[in-house]
Amino acid sequence: MKALLVRDLRLALRAGGGFGLGLAFFLIVVVLVPFSVGPQPELLGRIAAGVLWLAALLACLLSLDRILALDFEDGTLDVLATAPLPLEAALSVKALAHWLTTGVPLVVAAPVLAVLLNLPVAGYGGLVLSLALGTPALSVIGTFGAALTVGIKRGGLLLSLLVLPLYVPTLIFGAEAARRSAEGLDATTPMLMLAGISAGVLALMPFASAAVLRVNLR
Amino acid sequence: MSLWEYANPVKFLRLSERVLPWLWGLAVLCLAGGLIWGFFGTPDDYRQGSTVKIIYIHVPAALMAINGWFMMLVASLVWLIRRHHVSALAAKAAAPVGVTMTLIALITGAVWGQPMWGTWWAWDPRLTSFLILFLFYLGYMALWSAIEDPDTAADLTSVLCLVGSVFAVLSRYAVNFWNQGLHQGASLSLDAEKNVADVFYHPLLLSIAGFVLLFLALVLYRTGTEIRVRRTRALRARQGSGAGQGAGAPQEGSA
Repeated sequence: MKALLVRDLRLALRAGGGFGLGLAFFLIVVVLVPFSVGPQPELLGRIAAGVLWLAALLACLLSLDRILALDFEDGTLDVLATAPLPLEAALSVKALAHWLTTGVPLVVAAPVLAVLLNLPVAGYGGLVLSLALGTPALSVIGTFGAALTVGIKRGGLLLSLLVLPLYVPTLIFGAEAARRSAEGLDATTPMLMLAGISAGVLALMPFASAAVLRVNLR
Repeated sequence: MSLWEYANPVKFLRLSERVLPWLWGLAVLCLAGGLIWGFFGTPDDYRQGSTVKIIYIHVPAALMAINGWFMMLVASLVWLIRRHHVSALAAKAAAPVGVTMTLIALITGAVWGQPMWGTWWAWDPRLTSFLILFLFYLGYMALWSAIEDPDTAADLTSVLCLVGSVFAVLSRYAVNFWNQGLHQGASLSLDAEKNVADVFYHPLLLSIAGFVLLFLALVLYRTGTEIRVRRTRALRARQGSGAGQGAGAPQEGSA
């Protein structure tokens, strides 16, 4: 498992791995928001938490097809499927690698971009915490979507159509937690729900992902 | 004589051919009865005026939108566990019917909401979760049409349906948490004390029965079509590959 994790991380970090693309996308979306809604600081401050969550979600979505597509093409997935390591574990590791290369940079970059959007000072902790709790769920659910569409040529659009509705609960609780803490309200409940979703999908989703991947490798 | 006998496509087709005319007839009767009774036989509501009559389309369509997804869930489970092809095809056949029902519920809801709430659309929990259900239906159908191999498609869409159901329920409670609603609560429950008044209730029940029958008829009919499409494809493939054994009767299992 460790070897697989190291391999995936290394592939993602090397040139052509697409590392940093998600981060750049995140930046661009956030920069485009004031152009579309206007530069008034109080308006931006009010929507900052939601915009950052939505942008993080889209940046995450962008890199999903990389989780499995390349490995599917060069046959690595077939090797993984026949390896002694259960496919469920292999997919969990792949989701973890995706989170480490996409989710963590987003969490780290979010406070910096929050400055651009004039997020109230009280909201920084909540924003980072909610993203840190929520992005693992995004990676794990996304891995399911990637496993579902891995056999389909040009499945990128289909992938987003399938995955985005599944992201709804995570987005609702994540953005709600970030918004409440930005407004100085108590954010414990949405934060707990968010953590619950992450824990739940971490525990159950790999089984669904492995099931559909086995079908696709058949 | 068990229910599973109808997992055999031939038996299923024979049964559905016998049942379908009755279903169509009853559906038309119930629908016509419920709608005509509802539109002409019931008084206007004292506050809502005549717009209350949208209820006879809106409520049954919404019910069938949810039950349609539920039926797909059961059919997907049957396919995953017992590998009956008819079941997978029934799930496939139900999706477009379900999505139409969802759309009808959304549109009639908007038409009703405009005079009553003063807005076509509000981000109310019920409305929002219906919109999300609509997206789930779209994704499910898109996945069916994207995959060539029918068995692979059936497997993948079934798992998607299972996962989607869990997330649909999750979303339902998440949006409840997220926004307060304009939409009224449940008012047709069997155990509730305060329900819709009887004048509206009885034609509504008839109309719901009509929608259920119509849904069943459409799904049976479409499943039959899917089975025949499968069979023609199998026959053509056999003829294409040339040779001998193709001349016999089409094998039932080949669908």
